[in-house]
Amino acid sequence: MQRALTLHQTTIGKKLVMALSGLVIVGFVIGHFLGNLNLYRGQEALDAYAHFLQGLTPVLWGTRLLLLLAFGVHITAAFSLWSRNNKARGSRYKKHQDMATDYAARTMYWSGPILLLFVVYHLLHFTILPAHPGEVYRNVVEGFQNPWIAGVYIVGNIALGFHLFHGIFSATQTLGANHPRFNSYRRDAAVAISAAITLGNLSFPISVLAGFVTV
Amino acid sequence: MQLRSNEPTGPIEHRWEKHKESSKLVAPANRRKYNIIVVGSGLAGGAAAASLGEMGYNVKCFCYQDSPRRAHSIAAQGGINAAKNYQNDGDSVFRLFYDTVKGGDFRSRESNVYRLAQLSTNIIDQAVAQGVPFAREYGGLLANRSFGGAQVSRTFYARGQTGQQLLLGAYQALSRQIEAGKVEMMARTEMLDLIVHDGRARGIVTRCLKTGKVEPHIADMVVLCTGGYGNVFYLSTNAKGCNCMAIWRAHRHGAAFANPCYTQIHPTCIPQSGEYQSKLTLMSESLRNDGRVWVPRNKEDVTKRPEDIPEKDRFYYLEERYPAFGNLVPRDVASRNALYVTNEGLGVGLEVDGERRGVYLDFSDAIKRLGEQTIRERYGNLFEMYERIAGDNPYKTPMRIYPATHYTMGGLWVDYNLQTTIPGLFAGGEANFSDHGANRLGASALMQGLADGYFVLPFTVGNYLGEVRTLPELAEDHPDVKKAVGSVEERIHKLMNAPDPKHAPEYFHRKLGRIIWSKCGMSRNKEGLEEALREIPKLRDRFWREVKVVGSGAELNQTLERAGRVADFLELGELMCIDALQREESCGGHFREEHEENGEALRDDEQFSYVSAWEWTGAAGEPRLNQEPLSFEYVKPSKRSYK
Amino acid sequence: MSEELLNLTLHVWRQDGPSQPGRFETHPATGISTHMSFLEMLDVVNEDLIEKGKSPIAFDYDCREGICGSCGMVVNGVAHGPQRLTTICQLHMRQFNDGDELWLEPWRASGFPVVKDLVVDRSAFDRIVQAGGYISIRTGSATEANEMPVAKAMADQAMDAAECIGCGACVAACPNASASLFTAAKISHLSLLPQGQAERLDRARNMVAQMDAEGFGGCTNHGECEAACPKGVSLRWIARMNREVVRSAVKSDSGVKTARR
Repeated sequence: MQRALTLHQTTIGKKLVMALSGLVIVGFVIGHFLGNLNLYRGQEALDAYAHFLQGLTPVLWGTRLLLLLAFGVHITAAFSLWSRNNKARGSRYKKHQDMATDYAARTMYWSGPILLLFVVYHLLHFTILPAHPGEVYRNVVEGFQNPWIAGVYIVGNIALGFHLFHGIFSATQTLGANHPRFNSYRRDAAVAISAAITLGNLSFPISVLAGFVTV
Repeated sequence: MQLRSNEPTGPIEHRWEKHKESSKLVAPANRRKYNIIVVGSGLAGGAAAASLGEMGYNVKCFCYQDSPRRAHSIAAQGGINAAKNYQNDGDSVFRLFYDTVKGGDFRSRESNVYRLAQLSTNIIDQAVAQGVPFAREYGGLLANRSFGGAQVSRTFYARGQTGQQLLLGAYQALSRQIEAGKVEMMARTEMLDLIVHDGRARGIVTRCLKTGKVEPHIADMVVLCTGGYGNVFYLSTNAKGCNCMAIWRAHRHGAAFANPCYTQIHPTCIPQSGEYQSKLTLMSESLRNDGRVWVPRNKEDVTKRPEDIPEKDRFYYLEERYPAFGNLVPRDVASRNALYVTNEGLGVGLEVDGERRGVYLDFSDAIKRLGEQTIRERYGNLFEMYERIAGDNPYKTPMRIYPATHYTMGGLWVDYNLQTTIPGLFAGGEANFSDHGANRLGASALMQGLADGYFVLPFTVGNYLGEVRTLPELAEDHPDVKKAVGSVEERIHKLMNAPDPKHAPEYFHRKLGRIIWSKCGMSRNKEGLEEALREIPKLRDRFWREVKVVGSGAELNQTLERAGRVADFLELGELMCIDALQREESCGGHFREEHEENGEALRDDEQFSYVSAWEWTGAAGEPRLNQEPLSFEYVKPSKRSYK
Repeated sequence: MSEELLNLTLHVWRQDGPSQPGRFETHPATGISTHMSFLEMLDVVNEDLIEKGKSPIAFDYDCREGICGSCGMVVNGVAHGPQRLTTICQLHMRQFNDGDELWLEPWRASGFPVVKDLVVDRSAFDRIVQAGGYISIRTGSATEANEMPVAKAMADQAMDAAECIGCGACVAACPNASASLFTAAKISHLSLLPQGQAERLDRARNMVAQMDAEGFGGCTNHGECEAACPKGVSLRWIARMNREVVRSAVKSDSGVKTARR
């Protein structure tokens, strides 16, 4: 126990926790996205998929607990690093110019909280307080037909895209995968995964708004 | 003054072993009872402090920089010699010894040089074990190159940053001792005076550069590894902070100063571009392997673009004057010839103070012959550095180069133990005069610094302490200590309160540099030296009358730091000229125009085969000369010729 | 080689001591030759200030050839100024234009308290090295240097990491004021070499613990440090440091040394 504790106390340990929990969440996000594609197969398919998942009680709750844990440590470590980094910087420069960093990296502390709020909203909307319990397809389509709700999902997913991009790229670095020969692939992979998920997820509310998917 | 070199006798190859065997030792349990002060944290000081701390002594180490890792040893580019004979090309300890004595123009002490050559191999072992990332061959063994015209490949290197890597090795060893509590490191702390009590060096007075606090540090002995005095020229390749304060203060307390006129000039530096210039940047001498040195034949062409000067109007003076060696003549010959052609008004580049001091180093033929790619591979880094500083692209237009002061062979006189003429005061590295004679070979400075620091001082310090056993307690309120502190405070007060303050210290430093560079630089003559000896005291008087230091002494005050250093350079510069005037011969880095034969230095072994050890007599400009005769049993003096 | 003269306006951070508040002071720099280095430009301004009886701007410098790591300041928001792979002492004024306004600030980081004006205290770096940035080898006890071959590729990589000059630009440029690049470079240099294996596990954890204890931030992989580094020390060493720390956590049985402050 002594060893893990020591590691966790270091900034590097905290980053490792963030990277690992982040990757768990990324895995879930990918699975969640793939499952959601059932939307395009129609009402029956999506509802059947949802019922299928509901039936796997141990897996379902196992996943939920794992995610809760992942979110918990991800957020705790992020908060602890954020406060530490803020203190470390101390005073700010009067003039500041970025040389290497990008928008996604700079806005992690914004996209993170936005995502948290979005996830809470998403859970309330579809899982905890659904309008029509058990009718997933209907909930989704009727929900997205409201432009405000669709808007929330669009904003949330854009934040997700940026957060994922830097998160994936950064997690590989944190976990020690940085080699000049593979670095361009690393970036490409981060772009590809985050873009695929974001564009895919965005397609759901947009398709509904555009009338491609209806009740 | 008695100069006893304390060299062992007998066959030269056994002298160091014999000396160690007959040296006194301090038992491990007793070492913690001794306090040693090491001033300077470069190769010599850092290595000595780390090694002494490791042996169990209590060490206090001082440096003026903010970290011991920044000492100027870090700037050495080329490499470090060692007689390993890894290349199987006939190198040996004797050959390195022979080359060093000959390269020093027969003005060094044979026993010391032999020991240096012997220890050279241990240094490489030590550095490799510390993790110094020397260049390696594909087989994983250490790589070597030939350096500075040596006939064998005995130079070890870490890219162009050998000094940096060796210094970091010593710094890391020092850090380990700091962590272990055996060395107390005092960075940003400058030694301003020596404390001598009962005829022995017993401590130093320092000023904390952050707070201005002046305080004494008392110990059983003091080791000075404070580098050379090249900044007496104002412009040199030394770091801006390099100064002679520690050795000069020691000199004023009775330590003899040896051979101050032996200074080395490096031929391939980037020329001065204006009055504001703060330092000169050295570029590796290897550039001369492929570059051709020339100036315009006609004065009218000096302002033309070099590309516009036709081949027939280019004066490849080294190739014409020295057909056998051409552009690869030794450092001093290349340097003096640059001086002569620019004296004739053929210099190129920017005009500073009415003179153009620069010659071309042209790679266009090499690029034609070998292709730009090959040149880029060989000198890419240097070309980039040149472009960054000079603003010209050397692939397209010739570089401009000019010699600059690089190293000082002179320094505190030391015996075989590296002890000065003050008992208990030792000097290592460039601060002493010991091993290079009148001229230093390329890649030998790092070797000497580390040999002194790792392998010589740890023994000889023990020998001294073993001999004196216990020294009487010296309290901080003892009159000798109080006097030293008082004189430092008085001097600071004087520097800050000149009667007619007008100029920053650099103003005087630049003027001094100009005098020394033009009259006691690459080429010296009686008339010039006598003139310099009239000018320097006048400048010194003006300095003390007109120097202006703003702010207070009780804070970080860089102007005050510089003022103190300039004050000492103003005294040392005079001694340099006195020595150069007295030495009526040409040898190594000391070239007297009256003593030459067809442009070659003419040594006078009959009259000058000795070390000049100057003794302070109470006032600047009135030193007393002591001579340590030199004898050569193993390397017979011969004449250099490069025609 | 052609020379031009520039007139510039400097807004310089002035701070009398570590605990005093700082402020910007404006100084003109006139007739500045494009051949001057940045620090020579400041020398000229300072000499003028001294002659006028005003307090000159304090800044660190020494070798002025980009290797000692003494100098460093932030110019218009960029550590060591606008030219990449160049320390401020090697930066020349031809990189600027007539009429430019320059804001000069010290390295700002809690781990680097300001000493005066643009001078900061970087002793934290020394303490990180003291925590384990060395190979313990007694003077004189080394074995023959060629006894242990080192693959050229490994030696070259170790040298890449060892090029760090300890100037602190990485900390200054990092949004989190993290000292990861500095610490990682030393850990990598020594862990790549066979000589550094014996202390490998303890070295990584002890240096990292000291780095944290000095109050530096954590790495969030922005890459600003690498961009600011005058020696081009690579981010890959940070990844390597992370691997070393994990390795140490898994394999080492000894506890972490208590970090000193």
